[in-house]
Amino acid sequence: MKILVAVKRVIDYNVQIRVKEDGSGVVTDNVKMSTNPPDDNAIEEAVKIKEAGKAKEIVAITIGEEKAQETVRKALAVGADRGIHVKVNNVIEPLAVSKILKKIVEKENPDLVFMGKQAIDDDCNQTGQMLAALLNWPQATFASKIEVKDNALEVTREIDEGLETIEVNVPAIVTCDLRLNEPRYASLPNIMKAKKKPIEQINASDLGVDINPRIEQIKVEEPPKRKAGIKVASVEELVQKLKNEAKVI
Amino acid sequence: MSVLLIAEHNNKEVRPFTYNAITAASQINEDLHVLVLGHQADEVAKSLSEVPSVKKVIHVDNEIYENYIAENYTSAIIKHAENYSHIVSSANTFGKNLMPRIAALLDTSQVSDIIKVISEDTFLRPIYAGNAFATVKSNDKKKCVTIRPTSFDPADKSGGSAEITNSDPAEASSSTKFLKKEEVKSDRPELGTARIVISGGRGMQNGENFKLISDIADKLNAAIGASRAAVDAGYITNDHQVGQTGKVVVPDLYIAVGISGAIQHLAGMKESKVIVAINKDGEAPIFSVADYGLEADLFEALPQFLSELNKLNTIQK
Repeated sequence: MKILVAVKRVIDYNVQIRVKEDGSGVVTDNVKMSTNPPDDNAIEEAVKIKEAGKAKEIVAITIGEEKAQETVRKALAVGADRGIHVKVNNVIEPLAVSKILKKIVEKENPDLVFMGKQAIDDDCNQTGQMLAALLNWPQATFASKIEVKDNALEVTREIDEGLETIEVNVPAIVTCDLRLNEPRYASLPNIMKAKKKPIEQINASDLGVDINPRIEQIKVEEPPKRKAGIKVASVEELVQKLKNEAKVI
Repeated sequence: MSVLLIAEHNNKEVRPFTYNAITAASQINEDLHVLVLGHQADEVAKSLSEVPSVKKVIHVDNEIYENYIAENYTSAIIKHAENYSHIVSSANTFGKNLMPRIAALLDTSQVSDIIKVISEDTFLRPIYAGNAFATVKSNDKKKCVTIRPTSFDPADKSGGSAEITNSDPAEASSSTKFLKKEEVKSDRPELGTARIVISGGRGMQNGENFKLISDIADKLNAAIGASRAAVDAGYITNDHQVGQTGKVVVPDLYIAVGISGAIQHLAGMKESKVIVAINKDGEAPIFSVADYGLEADLFEALPQFLSELNKLNTIQK
């Protein structure tokens, strides 16, 4: 099997987000960037499947500006075999991302496409499902366990009520939950080796898909702040406050 | 044009967040129709027809809709889509799984997880785990929108009498098969809709210690939550997780015990009306969002808390 894994470069999850004063977005200059956390789980799962002898090749793909390549390089350092970087200059919407991925899938013919269930920047949670729709492939979203069978996957999904298990025929799209696995760190020798692995560069404009935005971002603002609370000295005081001041118990 | 809401239900009952989504959907446009895809879900269709803000219920009954298979749902929804300007659902795992599949086939850029309807095409939605709010305007002709249920009050459930029409099923997918659902049953209120939530974090140290939390939950008729750290450590099952990757809750009272307050957890609870933090680390970020902070060892504070609550006789059920 061949697995295509899509990764996105986002503001690191530990960075305190700051909104730009002019309301045009959030501050990204001189801010630490990393791979979108559940995308790391997607790569890890692909590598584990390959190590188990059930996949032959892992291709990591990212779509973004020049520096987005770092996320592909990181994927190569933990076990992906080669990379693809589709260059775009602006932020594009999940619909456009899925159209680009569809073109790449048609060219690469993977059996599986993995990615994180959601990017922690726009929090859209759309791309995997959209790609599945455009390809008319089955989808298994929010995966917390994947079992590879003959031409099928048994996937346990994290849902509001608990867990759901479905079987999807290959080819399929899987979006990964953070609980799927524990992503490994790249070792120094593997980071060095990854530098020699190939990354193919493609211009999004050469793929012939419409990636123009459909949604206008009118403004970005800070959420309303909570007013500062107080510290109470004892449990008795806490219970009294909850009863008499906040009136919630 | 009209709005089509996709109902979430278990074939017997309407799932509660559908009512919150109805409120938002009727703010987009008053001509609100609800699509019930189910198997022997007549009761569900009937309940929804009694919601005053619902103008019409379309009911499709077939065994292929017994479970939420997005592929099967999508083909049925696409069949009805041409009559509507907006397709909406709640932004929980049901709607998150389903809506993008519909949007892509309609060539629409979906607006996810809205917390406010500004106009028919303009919405407010949180980004960066709620650390910023974006006002966005959809320029697509047909709009696909998911609604953060906890940001809207549930709609009134009775008094209406909308027409119920039956419709034929669409084709089923042969490449996805439902195997099983492991639902966690509980006598306690549902986490997403409970008036009081008490959550434990890594500070609980192990699963057995969650007994201290559940004793208080029993007393307060509260739902039990947990931080991702507690779930990952195996103290409690994932359906209890509150946060960016778990559930977003907005109770009247949220009690965070032994939770440091990582950004990802705050994203799931910081809109709660009153927040209490109990933590022995006075510098923990959770205190920055807490209305009442108690710097204390939880193993001493929780039993005391329970005994203080027992002295009160006014706990609202």
